[in-house]
Amino acid sequence: MTETIPQKRGVPLWAQIIIWLFIVGLLALVGVILSKRQQGTVQPGDVIPDFTLPLFSGYEYEGRSEVQLSDFQGKVVVLNFWASWCKPCEQEAAELEEAWKFYEPGGEVIFLGADYVDTEPEARTYLKKFGITYPNGPDMGTKISQLFRIRGVPETYFIDQKGVLYYVKVGPFLSVNEIKSLIAQKNP
Amino acid sequence: MNITFNKKPLITYYALRVTYFALLLIALTFTTTTAFAQDNLPTDDEVNAIAQQLYCPVCENTPLDVCPTEACRQWRELIRLQLSQGMTEAEIKQYFVDNYGARVLAEPPRTGLNWLVYILPPAIILLGSFFLFRSFQEWTRPKVASADTGGGRSEASSPEKDDYVARLEEELKNRK
Repeated sequence: MTETIPQKRGVPLWAQIIIWLFIVGLLALVGVILSKRQQGTVQPGDVIPDFTLPLFSGYEYEGRSEVQLSDFQGKVVVLNFWASWCKPCEQEAAELEEAWKFYEPGGEVIFLGADYVDTEPEARTYLKKFGITYPNGPDMGTKISQLFRIRGVPETYFIDQKGVLYYVKVGPFLSVNEIKSLIAQKNP
Repeated sequence: MNITFNKKPLITYYALRVTYFALLLIALTFTTTTAFAQDNLPTDDEVNAIAQQLYCPVCENTPLDVCPTEACRQWRELIRLQLSQGMTEAEIKQYFVDNYGARVLAEPPRTGLNWLVYILPPAIILLGSFFLFRSFQEWTRPKVASADTGGGRSEASSPEKDDYVARLEEELKNRK
């Protein structure tokens, strides 16, 4: 007795291995990207890698048109991310400037403004409107904001004298005292 | 009396005509200047032709030409300004890449890992098509194998057996 059986010829083993390796690799890549996205901002205790901030003309630091984080070793760095289109940034602009005026003469604290995804004419109008005088510049190529993995603006990062992040403020400051009390943690 | 009477309206008439032509000339000059100024200003379509190739990092997955946020409006105005200054599309796109990073481009540059975006989808489609084709071939070409009913064990078919089975089936068909 005979019967017709469709003969199954499977995918060769080498092809199966390649396909599975490819799928696993792709999933791993997606996993790495997703976990990076879920990481959130840099955390207190993290050593901040050195970065360069170019400065707007008129907002230079000691005549320099760009500064690096490493230039401020031994100082508390207050790095504020802002944008001219950001309404909550306007709420804290005056407080930041007032705090800067308080600490500027001592030279132990430096304020830096990183302008995030903005256009220069609008940024300048904003700086002028709020009378900001501390060093400010554009976050070119969004490199610094990517380094800090910011989630939005305004966000302010407090870095101690050794270049270690010790506090992250998400959202606007409510008062000058809030800024002062945070700086006082490392600069009593 | 008459002369005086006729003269006065005549002067008024000529004065009115001169004033009329002067006003017309001013109006024409103004309109032409405005038209020239408008010609120099890029249109929304020209701005959007570039804007649709860009994405603002603040509003992910929304092309710049349709993004309603203030940040995107500022970007579009910047494009308009750059176009009016005579910058080309490539120069404008390069400016945005330099200032905001390559991620603002709708079409990632063909470098490094970005190549995966261009290679992977066609490669997957080709590979899938190949395996689908192979599978269809298998499904539409039935293979005849003999089954040993006594031992309950199938044997792989050989060409001789295939011929034999084919002849047997042919004869059985003829007998019917």
